[in-house]
Amino acid sequence: MTPMVEAQGVHKRFGRTEVLRGIDLSVAAGEVLCIVGPSGSGKSTFLRCVNHLEKVDAGRLLVDGVLVGYREEGGRLHELREREVCATRRDIGMVFQRFNLFPHMTALGNVMEAPMQVLGRPRAEARAQAVALLERVGLSAKADNYPSQLSGGQQQRVAIARALAMGPKLMLFDEPTSALDPELVGEVLDVMRQLAADGMTMIVVTHEMGFAREVGDQLVFMDEGTIVESGPPREVLAAPRHKRTQAFLSKVL
Amino acid sequence: MTSVDPGVRDAHNAPEDIKAVPVRHPGRWVAAAVLAVLVAQLVHFLVATSKLRWDVVRSYLFNHQILVGLERTVLLTVGCMAIGVALGVTLAVMRMSPNPVVKSVAWLYIWFFRGTPVLVQLLFWFFLPTVIHSLSFGVPFGPSIVHADAKTVITQLWSVLLGLGLNEAAYMSEIARAGILSVDEGQTEAAQALGMRRVQTLRRIVLPQAMRVIIPPTGNETISMLKTTSLASTIGYLELLGSAQLIYARNYLIIPLLLTVSIWYLVLTSVSYVGQYYLERRFGRGTARDLPPTPLQRLRVLGFGRPAGGLG
Ligand SMILES: Nc1ncnc2c1ncn2[C@@H]1O[C@H](COP(=O)(O)OP(=O)(O)OP(=O)(O)O)[C@@H](O)[C@H]1O
Ligand SMILES: [Mg+2]
Repeated sequence: MTPMVEAQGVHKRFGRTEVLRGIDLSVAAGEVLCIVGPSGSGKSTFLRCVNHLEKVDAGRLLVDGVLVGYREEGGRLHELREREVCATRRDIGMVFQRFNLFPHMTALGNVMEAPMQVLGRPRAEARAQAVALLERVGLSAKADNYPSQLSGGQQQRVAIARALAMGPKLMLFDEPTSALDPELVGEVLDVMRQLAADGMTMIVVTHEMGFAREVGDQLVFMDEGTIVESGPPREVLAAPRHKRTQAFLSKVL
Repeated sequence: MTSVDPGVRDAHNAPEDIKAVPVRHPGRWVAAAVLAVLVAQLVHFLVATSKLRWDVVRSYLFNHQILVGLERTVLLTVGCMAIGVALGVTLAVMRMSPNPVVKSVAWLYIWFFRGTPVLVQLLFWFFLPTVIHSLSFGVPFGPSIVHADAKTVITQLWSVLLGLGLNEAAYMSEIARAGILSVDEGQTEAAQALGMRRVQTLRRIVLPQAMRVIIPPTGNETISMLKTTSLASTIGYLELLGSAQLIYARNYLIIPLLLTVSIWYLVLTSVSYVGQYYLERRFGRGTARDLPPTPLQRLRVLGFGRPAGGLG
């Protein structure tokens, strides 16, 4: 079976600084991959590459067997047109650290927007789906509230519902709980845990080691643009082999 | 939001509501008194000075010629601002385009139209038909597809609309650009991550949020445009001021007619305030804290006799 995400020697440069220096990993369908690592190690950059928000400079990155950002034709790579890039993004949901909800739309409006604009769903259908999704993340009562009227945890759950509205086959989470007050972290992790149990393929950048241990199928420790160590979360967290992993975990745990 | 419903409150445990003496504002009362005296003097001057001829002002207020001029002023203001806003937003988007050709076209446009006086531009459009006798669009040096007589296309009205509208677009583009830049990049990113195209992102996500920043200076521009339209009389298109000038050239009632004109300009300006107020509320949705106060709340803020707190 083709893995949902496959990275082979992925490199990414910003000017002269090399942010990703050869990332190799593979995520099977239905798996949850957790990425941990110090600030600036390139975790966000990798997620952004998976979602075409950044171009890969070298190596190959495939999502569901399809090359990301390029089209292979006659042995040469061609850059994708905007339309093609947008089409592939539809199948990948992304949740940001700072929520990035649309402040001028209600919670319901946020969830309905992309299905109506991108997939051309009729309003009634999009609304019914959005109502169901908000219920799934436990926010039926807040459908008509604007983001500014919601707590951080509620906003992040709306953001998850918004991403799910496109029916993605892969969900990317970039430190989804880092901007939250400690008592609000749990409600977001609960939604993510449920999502994983329902079989969603997920890549989660997080500092929540408890979540990684419990939900993750794979854990990757990144530092300075490379994968230092990877394996089943329990093993890596309990007995890190590499010095840098040990140093990092001793600070986080 | 945080206070408990008074009906639910436990009578035994809850402390009584605070009844504090509000801060007095004696300065406001003094200022108001001084102002009242000054206003009374002004009114006395305006009413008692018979040379101002208020009877003439009243008789010309709804004069046919003045009303025709008024209508033209409104038409010009709305038309020029419509051209200015539409083209201005387009130019702002063009300036932020990744395409270097598109970008420099917008830059050149703004450079030219901001760098030359608006009156020169107005006269330019008006006199253009004297050098170009026909307008045609088609293959350069080849056959023309659309062909029209320049004189009939560029009428007086159109030269004002083009002159003032195209000039306004250059200024509006900077206002629109500031608005677009004020929207957090995370918004564009979230929209892109959902698979929205560049144009969709702009129209549905970025511009509605940019409006909050764009509207106030655009209100400024509209009021300024209202008055700039009086330039139209230089090419013989008689708007409000031009009509008045035509009348007092015959009867020499200069001051009363200028007062008539001023009253109408003030009315138009006030109407545009109301329009701006509702637009701001419309685009302030979701940011409840920044909503502009209703006119009633505005009066209350002055705080005569009341503590200036209850801004619901
Ligand atoms: N657009 C950009 N231009 C230049 N440098 C960038 C850009 N985006 C990221 N970087 C650099 O790339 C490096 C990795 O950034 P990245 O955001 O991927 O780190 P991270 O692991 O997500 O860190 P954090 O935990 O702080 O979010 C950083 O040194 C950052 O300064
Ligand atoms: Mg990051």
